[in-house]
Amino acid sequence: MRGTNDLILRTTTAFIAFILLGFSVYLFFAGHNKPGGGFIGGLMASAALILMYMAYGHEAMGKVIRVNFLYMVFTGLLIAVATGIGSFVFGAPFLTQNFGYFQLPILGRTELATALLFDLGVYLTVIGVTMTIILTVAKDRPEVDKANA
Amino acid sequence: MEQTLEITQSLIQVSAIISIIGVSLSVMILLYRVIKGPTNPDRAVALDIFGVNIMGLAGIIAILLVSTQFNDVILLIGILLFIGTIALAKFIEKGVIIERDMD
Repeated sequence: MRGTNDLILRTTTAFIAFILLGFSVYLFFAGHNKPGGGFIGGLMASAALILMYMAYGHEAMGKVIRVNFLYMVFTGLLIAVATGIGSFVFGAPFLTQNFGYFQLPILGRTELATALLFDLGVYLTVIGVTMTIILTVAKDRPEVDKANA
Repeated sequence: MEQTLEITQSLIQVSAIISIIGVSLSVMILLYRVIKGPTNPDRAVALDIFGVNIMGLAGIIAILLVSTQFNDVILLIGILLFIGTIALAKFIEKGVIIERDMD
């Protein structure tokens, strides 16, 4: 049986996945003063990944992205807990957040907050959980697929 | 002069409300196609245009509320709509959404 041709979908995915990942990073950094944050940014990043999985298939993406998404959940939770424990070093209560103004090379005077590190943990956890759920649901029938091939 | 100023100020609000009524009518006509549509691709296309109308509605409401916080939401609706429509199209076409290997 001749397979269908996915040329248009694959070409569009190559462009749109970059826009989606850039929008996800924008939402992640804009979350402090505008709508956005780690949760919706992580959902956008996993939407980009799912679009690439839909266009290129499971095996090809498994070769490109060699990340176990369960470990990504673990890393995100570890970062979130570490930012909470880090406040003990300065003698402050658990999960105390602080911020300061720094002179960065290109951006100029910027407000950097430790809440961003906590948000990074949320971001990684959301990507890991979403991708684990969807990929586990997607590959639950190995026998049927082999019979069709 | 005062009266002219008031009329021009209310112009944006009145036109936004008229646009909301127009988009709502379009959504209702699309709802008929979603419920009645003879085949599944008809329903998929109707749901796709549904999302485009909702993007427009969010834009008009952002004008009505004089807020720029909705811009991200409009972009978000567009992206999720695109991915949802591709997933529906792949399901109708091939029966699976994420394939194991694609030759």
